Amino acid sequence: MEKFIGIENDSPRADAVEKVTGRAKYSAEHRIDNIAYGVFVCSTIAKGTITAIEEGPARAADGVLDVISYKNCPSTPGYEPLQADGSKNPKQWWGLKVLHDNIVRFYGQPVALVVADSLENANAAAQLLIVQYEREAFETDFNAARKDAAKLKTSGNYSRGKANAIDEAAVKVEGEYNIPIEVHSPMELQATIAVWEGDDKLTVYDKTQGPKSMQGTLARLFSIPDKNVRVIVNYVGGAFGNALRGWHNVPAACIAAKKLKRPVKVVLTRPQMFNLTGYRPQSWQEIKMGASADGKFLSIAHNAISMTARYEDFREGIVNASRFLYACDNVQTSYKLLPLDVSVPTWMRGPGEATGCFALESSIDELAYQLKIDPVALRLKNFPEVNPESKLPWSSNYLRDCYEKGKELIGWNNRPVTPGSKKEEGMLVGYGMANGVFGAGRGQASVRAILQDNGILVLQSAVSDMGPGTTTAMMKIAAENLQWPIEKIKFSLGDSDLPPGPTQGGSTTTSTLGTAVHLVCEALKSSLQALAQNHLDEFKNVDTKNIEIKNASVVAGENNVAISTLLKKAQKPSIEITKDSQGTNAQELKHATNSFSCHFVKVHVHPKTMEIKIKEVVTTADAGKIISENTARSQMLGGVVGGIGMALKEELKFDHSTGQIINASFAGYRVPLHTDIPKTTVWFVNKPDPIINPIGAKGLGEIALIGLAAAISNAVYNATGKRVRDLPITPEKLGYKGK
Amino acid sequence: MEKYCYQGSRRDFLRKSGTLAAFYLAPTLLVKALPLENIIPTPAPKEKIKLIVNGVERSAEIDSRTTLLNFLREQLGLTGTKKGCAMGQCGACIVHIDGKRMNSCLSLAMFNNGKTVTTIEGLANGDQLHPLQEAFVVNDAMQCGYCTPGQIMSGIACIREKRAASREGIQRYMSGNICRCGAYQNIVDAIASVQASGKPV
Repeated sequence: MEKFIGIENDSPRADAVEKVTGRAKYSAEHRIDNIAYGVFVCSTIAKGTITAIEEGPARAADGVLDVISYKNCPSTPGYEPLQADGSKNPKQWWGLKVLHDNIVRFYGQPVALVVADSLENANAAAQLLIVQYEREAFETDFNAARKDAAKLKTSGNYSRGKANAIDEAAVKVEGEYNIPIEVHSPMELQATIAVWEGDDKLTVYDKTQGPKSMQGTLARLFSIPDKNVRVIVNYVGGAFGNALRGWHNVPAACIAAKKLKRPVKVVLTRPQMFNLTGYRPQSWQEIKMGASADGKFLSIAHNAISMTARYEDFREGIVNASRFLYACDNVQTSYKLLPLDVSVPTWMRGPGEATGCFALESSIDELAYQLKIDPVALRLKNFPEVNPESKLPWSSNYLRDCYEKGKELIGWNNRPVTPGSKKEEGMLVGYGMANGVFGAGRGQASVRAILQDNGILVLQSAVSDMGPGTTTAMMKIAAENLQWPIEKIKFSLGDSDLPPGPTQGGSTTTSTLGTAVHLVCEALKSSLQALAQNHLDEFKNVDTKNIEIKNASVVAGENNVAISTLLKKAQKPSIEITKDSQGTNAQELKHATNSFSCHFVKVHVHPKTMEIKIKEVVTTADAGKIISENTARSQMLGGVVGGIGMALKEELKFDHSTGQIINASFAGYRVPLHTDIPKTTVWFVNKPDPIINPIGAKGLGEIALIGLAAAISNAVYNATGKRVRDLPITPEKLGYKGK
Repeated sequence: MEKYCYQGSRRDFLRKSGTLAAFYLAPTLLVKALPLENIIPTPAPKEKIKLIVNGVERSAEIDSRTTLLNFLREQLGLTGTKKGCAMGQCGACIVHIDGKRMNSCLSLAMFNNGKTVTTIEGLANGDQLHPLQEAFVVNDAMQCGYCTPGQIMSGIACIREKRAASREGIQRYMSGNICRCGAYQNIVDAIASVQASGKPV
């Protein structure tokens, strides 16, 4: 049987064995004595006030320890408006506040936490709680509300060049694009276990992408010192952005545990995951593009509106890529928010850019057909030699390499020039491509290295690894830097007591944390060189810069001494060094820093049923140097799967007469399954970025997905001649009307 | 009017469970029609069960409403079996019951009295991984790892059921196992490699 291209010679994911044996412990899985179980009761109206809560039957149920609602929820310092700093929006914690007042802000909002001695008892009692409401008029229908300009909040305009440049364009395209709500839906349910020791010491096992940021959040929430809060997150069962911040389960578990003086676990249910942990907001976009007859972009106008909650703003960079992904002198963008009576959205993989690039890259494809220019050639013609928005040179931009290799691997020559003109095995065949781009940032991080006298090197930082392979990548950076055997390196994370690490998000972890690992390894190298010179006779007269570190030994010419021997001679049981890496930004680097991807897709579309089958995907990326090929490849494969979901399947639906989500389960919300997955080939440019950081790596997580939906849509157009601008693309939208 | 209590034998519990289900599903409706004092929730019956989990006999007295999944995770501490939806829609909780794959969230623990259950923790022989576990490691058939135990349990069954002869067959008979990170291609590679190796699973 054919095996798709794999990585044969790369070392496996560091935590693979833990994961395949079931030993990896996720947040809900820690065994804590005397634990109680909290279950949310959620509102059955979209907006209004709670008028009465009848707790009698629930409290009388077996095993029930407490029913916590706004009526009896202990006051929590962090729940008060943040007034100490006038610049802070007092509403900013609403996404975290729970059981705080009697106001219902969206359908499915937790209104009470039933706590019992077992999950079964808590679930049963939760069904017995009777909550009565006074309803108010609400609005959840994005498409209806966005047409009323008075309801929109402006969130930024941008303009360069002439506003009317499109008038001079020989060829113009114009289109409106709609993307529904998509939900991260990681396989692990959001979970928190809270354990108090006394009144001011809190340990929380929480599913979070940022143990340090969660520690800070909890310290503020309960007005206790950061050092009194310990957040543990050994494994994260997927998150894709939804664990970048805390949700209602976190304070609810902590409040209940404090009130009951007993550890409390709160795990959201799958339906609650669709409503209480953020989502990619529904959006509307409009793009107008103009080009000269020979295909030079003259004008890009990109306007977008996305939904947010009425109680908290969430904004993302939907229109940003239109300003810099291509050379174009005249660009206007605008972005507006539409507050509705819904829970608050949050960053979802490829936030903003995934939405924006669907519209931008579809428009460019459309322009290519009108100009009768190959879509790749059109992109090459408008390749930006510098970032057209900041005018800064790229730290690196190897998109051209991606184009060339992608075309070759997908067999771009087989693409029909006329849409809908080619069949294969009775199916319409189409090829499409599109680009993705995301910022390649670098933040602050701190890493501690502990070198033990048995030659084991332990690296530590308070980060979490939600699946991209951070642990593996950090071990590889250290192994390469110190020429150390990888099996003698350990990376520990997932504990806020460790040196502060970044929140895992925005494709910055490898760059940020990797830089700190690099620095601590450099420091360790110097320290070992000095130690060798001072304590080993054979190295006494060797210049430190000529002392190499290799295979857990110090080496100079013929002399080779094991680190364990060196540490014994130096009478050091271990060496411990902590290094901070400061963050940096594009302005400081005097370069525009971005990662780029280019996806190529081949589809089959059934000519009668219009069923779409993705036949093949080639996904290429300029993500700088690839640190861990094995896990990087997996991340790209995952981005393709996410893009398939976005393009063809995922859509959260509301019943706007009640404000309720009607498909909050895996049966109703369609995600990609095994059968949806085509043969996928991953290719990396794998050239180090010389500017961003000393390790040469850029980010990868976001660009793996950004642009994919457009590539699929463009392939579907190539196959059928039908341009679908509303995701997901379904047979009905391609004109299938049933038998 | 009959009080909504339930006590007594297992048969009695099962007889009344229909009424109870209706009650739990539509509490507000029923409650409005009933005086509150008539709603006296009483403890769910306890059940004594004995089953073999990963070769070890386990006896327990359990709340009759406990699913096999919650029994494994919360009572036995066998958290390798994952809860992804508790509705039989994601496959994260798949275990083998008497050798056959089953979503453990859809099976009450007491229905498995006397049966043999294998979970992900029961596959390896000490440090010696099961061939499919090994193949998952080699093919990097995971990212976050949360769906992985279910994929492996399901994948073993897929091979045993002789559904793994082609990639398409594997894809079809693994489609009850959702992976949100998108490790699907590597998972199929892993299952296909074990199938091709002919190693007993």
